Amino acid sequence: MKILLVDDEEKFVSRLAERLELRGFEAHWATTCDGALYKAKTEYYDLAVLDVKMPRLSGIDLKKMLEKINPDMKFIFITGHGSEEDYDMGTREGSFYIIKPFKIETLVEKIEQTLNL
Amino acid sequence: MKKLLHLFTKIKPKFWDIRVSKTQVQILFNYRRVWLISIFMLTVVSLIPLSMFMIFNFRLAHEAIQRENRLRTERLTSNTRRTITYFLEERLDALRFIIREKRFNTLKNNVELIYLLRNLQMGFGGYIDLGLIDSFGLHINYAGPFDLQGKNYSNQKWFIRCVEDGTYVSDVFLGYRKLPHMIIALKLPMQNGSFYILRTTLDIQKLIQILSSLELSEKSDVFLCNHEGLVQTPSKYYGEVLKRVDLPIPEYSHRTQVIEATDKAGNPILIGYAYIQNSPFILMLVKRSEEIMKSWYSLRDEIIWLFCGSTVIIFIVILGISTFMVNKVYEADQTRLRAMESLASSSRLITVGRLAAGVSHEINNPLAVINENAGLIKDLFTLKKEYKEDQQLMELIDAVLDSVERCGEITKQLLGFARHFEPQIKPLQLNRVISEFLSFHRKEALYRNIDINMDIPEDIPVIYFDRMSLQQIFLNLINNAFQAMKDGGHLDIIVNRQQNDYISIIIRDNGCGISSEDQKKIFEPFFTTKGLKGGTGLGLSITYGLVRKFNGDISVQSKIGEGTTFTVTLPINSEGDFQNENLAR
Repeated sequence: MKILLVDDEEKFVSRLAERLELRGFEAHWATTCDGALYKAKTEYYDLAVLDVKMPRLSGIDLKKMLEKINPDMKFIFITGHGSEEDYDMGTREGSFYIIKPFKIETLVEKIEQTLNL
Repeated sequence: MKKLLHLFTKIKPKFWDIRVSKTQVQILFNYRRVWLISIFMLTVVSLIPLSMFMIFNFRLAHEAIQRENRLRTERLTSNTRRTITYFLEERLDALRFIIREKRFNTLKNNVELIYLLRNLQMGFGGYIDLGLIDSFGLHINYAGPFDLQGKNYSNQKWFIRCVEDGTYVSDVFLGYRKLPHMIIALKLPMQNGSFYILRTTLDIQKLIQILSSLELSEKSDVFLCNHEGLVQTPSKYYGEVLKRVDLPIPEYSHRTQVIEATDKAGNPILIGYAYIQNSPFILMLVKRSEEIMKSWYSLRDEIIWLFCGSTVIIFIVILGISTFMVNKVYEADQTRLRAMESLASSSRLITVGRLAAGVSHEINNPLAVINENAGLIKDLFTLKKEYKEDQQLMELIDAVLDSVERCGEITKQLLGFARHFEPQIKPLQLNRVISEFLSFHRKEALYRNIDINMDIPEDIPVIYFDRMSLQQIFLNLINNAFQAMKDGGHLDIIVNRQQNDYISIIIRDNGCGISSEDQKKIFEPFFTTKGLKGGTGLGLSITYGLVRKFNGDISVQSKIGEGTTFTVTLPINSEGDFQNENLAR
């Protein structure tokens, strides 16, 4: 299973990728939207974990662009803000929504649920 | 005095006890000062024109009455003068007629003279005798009751004056007869250069009758005096006949005059006087000012009463208007203050909410970094056997991860507390909401040794409610309970399911309690018993408003010293009610 992690905080996203790798997932990461789009175009990902608030482009907008590249891609949103508006928006998009900081087990559980593993 | 104070406390305006201090900068006015200025200004503005009008009227009426009195006195004096002048002229004319009609020899005949005297007495009255005096002053013929024939008057003043002037009217004098009388004499020159004088004595009773016939008030007086100031006819108050008059002799004037003076006793008087022409008499008409001004005094009293009455009425009206107006200003000011307080309170809450959301977001991101880094360390340690078995290392890394998790919980709660002003009806787990909220009070409960007991049955269903409103309801009730309790208190939170899809939440403390009188008012806006401790009086009012908004109910039972129980009843599904309410708006 290939997962794309996108968050503007490199120290966070790189460590998260390593931890997922340790749990048997193939995780790639990007800190910008452009980087994420490039990766999506070059490789096939089953799932993307997106930060809601990023510079230039929001996670929701990035999701729409990624869907155009790969319509089968699944999504999970993560955010440090955690307002109810974000929660509503996340759930409207039919995705899980996790507030930072979270336990790795929580994320793994949501990944497995999303990918029906 | 006590009764007056009691009355004052009953009628005193609402703003009376409000004092502006430096700490109460929001109060715009010193109400008592505004009230006093208003009363003072209105009183001055109203009473100055009234006073001026009254003074003007006062003087006008006074002058009019004085003028009228002078005029009356002058008229009466003038008329009386005419009567007396006519009286004397008439007697002189009668003598003039006789002296011209009868020859000297006829007048020398005593029978003829007696006959003439009788005719004069019958025709005019007042004649006592009639005498003929020759140029040597010898009384050559006399008709009358006394024996005066042969008397010599050549040295007497009247004779000399009559020779000089041709006529003579005497003062009143006693003469040989020792009775007050007066004489008039007329000289007729003869062809041989000699002359003779016809003289008559007049009874002054006729004059007295003329004067006493005047209709005068009790303290008024009228009499004749001569130019030397000797009283000639009887006077009631100003001296006996032929004694000096007790009044100043007025200056000569050919016209009737009225002067103001004071009598011997110092009473102000009005003197009408007239010098009687061709006689030594001055007619004096004296009126006491206090008597003739009686009508003025009565009018003056009426004016003063009218002024006092008007002043009292004006003052009462001004007092009423000023109190009403300042009360209105005070009430408006109070409403403004309450609105400002409410606004400040709302904006404070909004600011706190936004600040909490912002801070949480900023903290969550670095927390996530710590979390992932520490998590990776733990993952790596777990993979390596030598570290996995090092219990101390694993405890240290778990402590970091636990702390991160705890911080994350706190920021999530803060985010949840951020206010939402539009209600959003969502399914809520009641025990979760209450626990979440109580976590804010956990530290305080620990420090103050307050025991919190939660009794929420498992079968309590999910309720559909606005999360923020529910939090607000609990915030106010639990905050109040914490404030009411002493250290070591006991707080019960009990949830029960009611019939008809309602749940009841009971919040019971063993704090100081609320008096039965205050219980009636606690849901009113701005009612507070916290006084200077900073209560806005809005908390329970907001709670009540929220509960009613969602078609719920709230009640209170309390006993002083024993504690307070608030029971909140809420519908399990408030969505329908709330939507209906919105539609109705």
